[in-house]
Amino acid sequence: MGEKHKNISRRDFIKTTGAGLAGAALLSSPFKGRAIAAVSPPDFAVEKNPVLRVLRWSPFVKGDGVFWEKNSRKWEKVTGGKVITEYLSWEDVRPKAAMEAAVGAGHDLISGWHDDPHIYPAKLHDVSDVCEYLGKKYGGWEDVCFKYGMKDGRWIAVPMGGPGQEIVYRKSWVNEAGYDKFPTDVQGFIKVSKKLKSMGHPVGFAMGHAVGDGNNWVHTWLWAFGAKTVNKDGSVAINSPETRNALEGMKELYDDAMIAGVASWLDPHNNKAYLANQISVTNNGISIYYAAKGKPHWAEIAKDTYHATLPVGPAGKPTELHLFNQVFIFKHTPFPNAAKHYIMFMLEEEQCAPWTNAMRGYVTPGLKAYRDLPVWTEDPKHTPYRECIRNMLWNGYEGSIGPESAAVMAEYVVVDLFANVCARGVSIKKAIAGAEKAIARYYK
Amino acid sequence: MDAVGATEQDFGPPSLRKRLSSALENPTFLGFLFVAPAELLLLIFLAYPLLLGLWLGLTDTIVGREGHYIGLENYISLVHDASFWLTVFNTFLYTIVAVFLKLVLGVGLAVVLNRDFKGKGLMRAIVLLPWIIPTALSAICFWWLYDSTFSGISWTLIKLGLMDHRINFLGDAWNARFSLIAANIWRGVPFFTIGLLAGLQTINPDLYEAAEIDGAGSWARFRKITLPLLMPLLTVVTVFSTIWTFADFQLVWVITRGGPAGATHIFGTLSFQRAMSGGHFGEGAAISNFMLPILVACVLIAFIFLRKED
Repeated sequence: MGEKHKNISRRDFIKTTGAGLAGAALLSSPFKGRAIAAVSPPDFAVEKNPVLRVLRWSPFVKGDGVFWEKNSRKWEKVTGGKVITEYLSWEDVRPKAAMEAAVGAGHDLISGWHDDPHIYPAKLHDVSDVCEYLGKKYGGWEDVCFKYGMKDGRWIAVPMGGPGQEIVYRKSWVNEAGYDKFPTDVQGFIKVSKKLKSMGHPVGFAMGHAVGDGNNWVHTWLWAFGAKTVNKDGSVAINSPETRNALEGMKELYDDAMIAGVASWLDPHNNKAYLANQISVTNNGISIYYAAKGKPHWAEIAKDTYHATLPVGPAGKPTELHLFNQVFIFKHTPFPNAAKHYIMFMLEEEQCAPWTNAMRGYVTPGLKAYRDLPVWTEDPKHTPYRECIRNMLWNGYEGSIGPESAAVMAEYVVVDLFANVCARGVSIKKAIAGAEKAIARYYK
Repeated sequence: MDAVGATEQDFGPPSLRKRLSSALENPTFLGFLFVAPAELLLLIFLAYPLLLGLWLGLTDTIVGREGHYIGLENYISLVHDASFWLTVFNTFLYTIVAVFLKLVLGVGLAVVLNRDFKGKGLMRAIVLLPWIIPTALSAICFWWLYDSTFSGISWTLIKLGLMDHRINFLGDAWNARFSLIAANIWRGVPFFTIGLLAGLQTINPDLYEAAEIDGAGSWARFRKITLPLLMPLLTVVTVFSTIWTFADFQLVWVITRGGPAGATHIFGTLSFQRAMSGGHFGEGAAISNFMLPILVACVLIAFIFLRKED
């Protein structure tokens, strides 16, 4: 352990990963027209025979897992190391990583979510060298990556991107409702949804304790109206006219456009209801489309399924929230350099481009250059998902990311605010007062 | 012994081997030695986590950060938290209604299964099924049964023409509470039934015969013979069920995760949500610790009755 060898020198790395000359890279690059900058990678002295234990979420799409493993094997050949990946249901990664942070033992790298690295930043290795290199080389990071990846001026996690959620809708029914294109604004969205329900095709959006679908939907909606849980300085800001407008808009949608029972919906419910022709519109990853595609009994649904970006409200700009995935390295790892090298290797074009293409739009990378991959245009139904990371805000907007924002989301404060008004008949005033108290408990 | 002692005195202090041999003949020491491994295991796996939980409840520990002692601040904060009081209400409602109905149904089923009829053995085995199926699995079955779109219950009622719409089992606060209670009853009744059935079989049939000769009806026989003789066992079974129901987690977490809008959170789920998902270990531990007085009272009752049984 104590003996460290420079198994991988900068020269070796360039040779093995092809990360050297930009011109050479462009010749075989899948990117269309975007020049990949000629940047030298940081020279990590990878430890001898490193064994990296990685905890990551179970792939949503087959291609993800296949390329993760394939790229890991490539890295093993390059470094002589070993990668052991433990897959866990995505919702279970957070508590497990939290326990490992608390006890200071366990996996070396975590492929985790949202605020995780900001809850225990002192337990994590600085990955500024990796992020700065990748950012320079691949056209920079999308704005939200800086929020999620950095703490006090240093990178504590490498933003991988996110399985984004967009509007998934049945085109023929929307056309029947009198719309050629799916509305992009909140008012138009409410209008088309009401029309769809009147035609017997209600819409459905989770308002139960659905970690992904519920939180993403209600935060996007809240922010679309210019409302927010906290201000930049962390002061509670939920009690505002904007929040009241957001609640009124959602109540209208709930009463006049949604299918019954959404207050009980967890993450899988909308997928099932959509594929059973029970709803016409929902928010989801591209998985519904791919669940239907290729299956004869759902061929019609797949053909009729289209995607649109989440609606923009009075705030006048996209205010989306998506799951955000980042990889971080625990200080208890005996192989910090190997871990850094591994993440960097995985995000290099040679590995990341085929990997992202294989995910067929399910995960949108945080590096801008990967917007030019063919996956985003080879099927026009993929294209809206390219915008996820660019259009998203961060959990705890407009405050900073940390234990407070994580606790408020884990407590489903915003989800419950909407569910209280829509499904439980609580007055808007009372519901906001309850949410205000719940937020203030953490933002002291 | 005396002879050996005299010899030792004659030749200086006894050797370690002899002292050990003499100690091993001391029943008190030997008894302590025999239970030591079990006590050590209890200390490591039960007492330590319990004490750690109590300590965490007095700190502001957040995951990955060292906590500081803050006295009763977590408890005071919880007392002023509306979600916590909703959880207290839910937990007591869940426990009281579920345990009471499990008790009534369990006694009824045990009495029926205690009679002689064809296929008695098979019926007894079937009754056990809900108990032996893993809770997570039965929770997933109920999750489907209560699904707002695909509920088999709603489908059947609609097909039978008894309803024209699906039941919103889990999207309405009261529906969700009673749906969870029903799931808990389904799972817990076999424990009562089998436990009480064993008790019923120890009652001497002569007592019933004598009562019948004296003109006692079936209700009088149940009230005057069955119930009093079953009472100690009934108490123990009820106390154990109360402990498990009060500290439940899996059923609620799988089916509703505490929703809609916190309407079905019980102590276990709220504690997990705040400690593990939210990272606030101190607060999560404090919520768990609120369960302690009730659970300790249950354990004491069970202890007293078990001693009486002895």
